Amino acid sequence: MKRLAALLLMVLGLATAAPLLAQGEQSTAPYAYRQLDDPAKEEKAQALMETLRCLQCQGQSIADSDAPIAGSMRSLVRERIEAGEDPEAIRSWLMERYGDYVSYAPRITGLTWPLFAVPAVLLLLAFLLLRRLFTGSAKPGEGA
Amino acid sequence: MSDMSSETGSPKPRRWAIWLPLVLFLGFVALVLVGMLRPADRNVASALVGKPMPQFNLPPALPGRPGLDSKVLANGKPHLVNIFASWCVPCRVEAPQLGALAKAGVPIEGISVRDSTEALQGFLDQNGDPYQRIGADDDGQVQLALGSSGVPETYVIDGKGKIVYQHIGEIRPDQLGLILDKLKEAGL
Repeated sequence: MKRLAALLLMVLGLATAAPLLAQGEQSTAPYAYRQLDDPAKEEKAQALMETLRCLQCQGQSIADSDAPIAGSMRSLVRERIEAGEDPEAIRSWLMERYGDYVSYAPRITGLTWPLFAVPAVLLLLAFLLLRRLFTGSAKPGEGA
Repeated sequence: MSDMSSETGSPKPRRWAIWLPLVLFLGFVALVLVGMLRPADRNVASALVGKPMPQFNLPPALPGRPGLDSKVLANGKPHLVNIFASWCVPCRVEAPQLGALAKAGVPIEGISVRDSTEALQGFLDQNGDPYQRIGADDDGQVQLALGSSGVPETYVIDGKGKIVYQHIGEIRPDQLGLILDKLKEAGL
């Protein structure tokens, strides 16, 4: 009977311990869960945090994510904004370390320019084709 | 409409053109299939590989043991910098491999991320302690400075303090050779 009770306790203990283990430690960085005192600066920080990717819960911004590393990143952003650093300088500091992937704000580079060029090219192409079609049909006798 | 446009086009009817939409569509399907069937690489590699290690100076993670100043990494000998934590399960998996590397004479420096002294001491008692120095990165700021996005990660640093290689995830037994090769590349 005592053995059974001990086993039960152990199972209970394991069940409660496992999620804690998986989560890791919460970020203890000073500004992970605290806003800046100056609302204008906090607004600046918030705008930047919404366009930075959490490296753990990829697809979430660091403003949305509750992953510990996102907390560390929020604190980094807020501390640097508080120190008067330009938001775009903070973004490029992070991009120097994590590459373009960390930023949600698209940039035109040697690799990404077709993304911006293709819609313009398609529009131009459509315009040219349709113009030929419309002007062609407007002239009597050229059609059927 | 279609009659009209074909007649206003070039005099010879281009027969192959009728297949063009199908070919484009099949090409698109192939692209989607490749994207779906190839497992995505979710690792975010540090862009600092090949560049000098950022400067930092971390306080000791354990009382009576040295902390980690990035200056010691440029002492002419290659180093391993292991980013780990007591709460990280894969770190337990790689502990024997780090132990083997330490035994082989590789200097291993530790950065413990978001950890507490007691938990860290318990982790080292259980899994062995291959570290020469352990710096406490309680706020995770040095981890960000290194371009590391998770634990464990291991950086191979050459004698001049340049990052030669970043190993993302635990070092598995079959990857010991890879790490040793990278260390040799770094001048071990």
